[in-house]
Amino acid sequence: MSGLEDVKHVIPVLSGKGGVGKSTVTAALAVALWSMGYRVGVLDIDLTGPSVPGIFGMADSHVHAAPDGWVPVFVDREQRLGLMSLGFLLGSKADAVIWRGPKKTAMIKQFIEDVIWGDLDVLLVDTPPGTSDEHISMAENLVAARVDGAVVVTTPQAVSLLDVRKELDFCKKVDLPVLGIVENMSGYVCPHCADCTNIFSTGGGEALAKEYNLHFLARLPIEPELTKILDSGNVARMLDEPDQCATLMRCATLQRAIGMCKTLGFEDRSGRHGGLPESAAADTATTATTVTSNPTATATATEAT
Amino acid sequence: MTLETAPETARSAVATEGVAAETPTPSVPADANAHCPGVGSEGAGQADACAGCPNQTFCKTGQASKIIDPAPAEIAERLRDSIGSTYLVLSGKGGVGKSTFTSQLAWALSDSEKPEAVLAANPDMEAETTVAVLDVDICGPSQPRMLGCEGEQVHQSQSGWSPVYVSDTLCVMSVGFMLPRNDEAVIWRGPRKNGLIKQFLRDVAWGPQDFLLVDTPPGTSDEHLSLLTYLKQAGIDGAIVLTTPQDVACQDVRRILTFCRKVGVPIVGIVENMSTFVCPSCHQSSVIFPPTSGGGAALAAEFGVPLLGQIPLDPRIGKACDFGHSFLEEHPESPAAEAYRSIVAKIQEIAAQKAT
Repeated sequence: MSGLEDVKHVIPVLSGKGGVGKSTVTAALAVALWSMGYRVGVLDIDLTGPSVPGIFGMADSHVHAAPDGWVPVFVDREQRLGLMSLGFLLGSKADAVIWRGPKKTAMIKQFIEDVIWGDLDVLLVDTPPGTSDEHISMAENLVAARVDGAVVVTTPQAVSLLDVRKELDFCKKVDLPVLGIVENMSGYVCPHCADCTNIFSTGGGEALAKEYNLHFLARLPIEPELTKILDSGNVARMLDEPDQCATLMRCATLQRAIGMCKTLGFEDRSGRHGGLPESAAADTATTATTVTSNPTATATATEAT
Repeated sequence: MTLETAPETARSAVATEGVAAETPTPSVPADANAHCPGVGSEGAGQADACAGCPNQTFCKTGQASKIIDPAPAEIAERLRDSIGSTYLVLSGKGGVGKSTFTSQLAWALSDSEKPEAVLAANPDMEAETTVAVLDVDICGPSQPRMLGCEGEQVHQSQSGWSPVYVSDTLCVMSVGFMLPRNDEAVIWRGPRKNGLIKQFLRDVAWGPQDFLLVDTPPGTSDEHLSLLTYLKQAGIDGAIVLTTPQDVACQDVRRILTFCRKVGVPIVGIVENMSTFVCPSCHQSSVIFPPTSGGGAALAAEFGVPLLGQIPLDPRIGKACDFGHSFLEEHPESPAAEAYRSIVAKIQEIAAQKAT
């Protein structure tokens, strides 16, 4: 049977608040793990606003049904990065999915039970905002699977932190461990004067992590370049071209995502980055210091381990 | 506020798959079980969740589906005389600024006076504009904080729940006022949210209000369907749709626009938020969320609806919301305030047309 039997790690990406970058962080983690040599799956349970297909540039792909279940949509040629999203099952990109809870619950159950993920190292689960039907269903259906714990994403402003507290309360109530907190959209470097502005303030995520005694995994900057890449729908193509893949991996967000994966205990097994872990770390450090004067993702990583 | 972890949930959901979801008004009795498939749905009385429900026989025999839920009519009755115009603030995407926009719009409208034409047409009207904000984002209520009334309580009176008054002309109702702690998660499935929204609309003593602004959660799901069901008879004057410029957001917003079309809610227009960013040090503007597919303007053209305005990113807006202040009052000279004012004026104009 299909399902999650051969999936080694399951990591949901959560946030009480919308638009904080759950999908972007999920994608960054997926690409980071992929580049480190792992077999990765991304399950998008945001049913009314699925963004995973678009982010990976696979919006026109469709899911194939095999006798054993649904075959995920593979992004790369090597078929190490598979996706499953309701977006693949919709007719047009403007189609609205107007579903109430019970139907969403059934869909998520199907996504968890009937997709042939095969032999995956990590399954990342991208979720919608809130603590409602999708989340309850996910928690219920993943109980049997090996859920490592959730990565919780926030932006630094107080209003966002308010919603994230609720999400942490949710995790506690459903016994879902929290691996750590990621603070997204921390600073923006003005391209004209190179001054850093904290549009949505900064440091809120780290303070929250401290308050709840959780790992602070990374602080990600606002990176319009990455938004452009994700919007362009070129990610799939870029992964297959070594040159372009390198361009993508140079994004500060992805560098820090790699740092985050290492914090979470995923060793680099690609050999590709084997020769240059130091330079990569140095790279992260420099970008980080220009953005904020706070400790970098890698620094936090060492602290945490 | 208890967590629903019943293992039979999934099974009962499968039993009702495609039924409860598509039924336009799956009403749920107040005394129903937690995972009620909805009166009138195919699984009514037969789903696993129905075991032990006092209404089970009633649902099973099909008698219940013949009864029309009286709530929409009651709500229409209640709102008809007290509410001037009802606007929904929607967006398929989360974090684009629905709540921020709603709160700032509410502050701005409640500080304004009615246009002269309206006063001339209705001589017995007060000059000041009264605004009510209803926060139906049940899992992530932000209005109490953004309007600076966190920690307040909702009082029960003879005529119903009293909303929380922020100023003489601005009141708000949110699930945030009902939680014991503000980090408490509201882990509710659809039917329960549905019930609360019904109560918000039917049981709140709004009093006379010129505007009812409804702040919604992201997506197109239970909350949105419930709002439409319950407000169908009372009437919705329009939806104000928020977006940010990048394509990923526009895709989700396209879905909500399609949703509005499908269910027949008029679209007032699109507001593009976080358009550009003016650096506080060098005062040059740059684009943080690049409009790779044309942003709000392209969406507005595609759906043939007006683009109400483009609001630049200003860190001070977020700060004002964190502290529960009115941004327009604190920084009236900023370009973002200018953009807000022009949008507010357009909305006032549309509302004035209705009143005269």
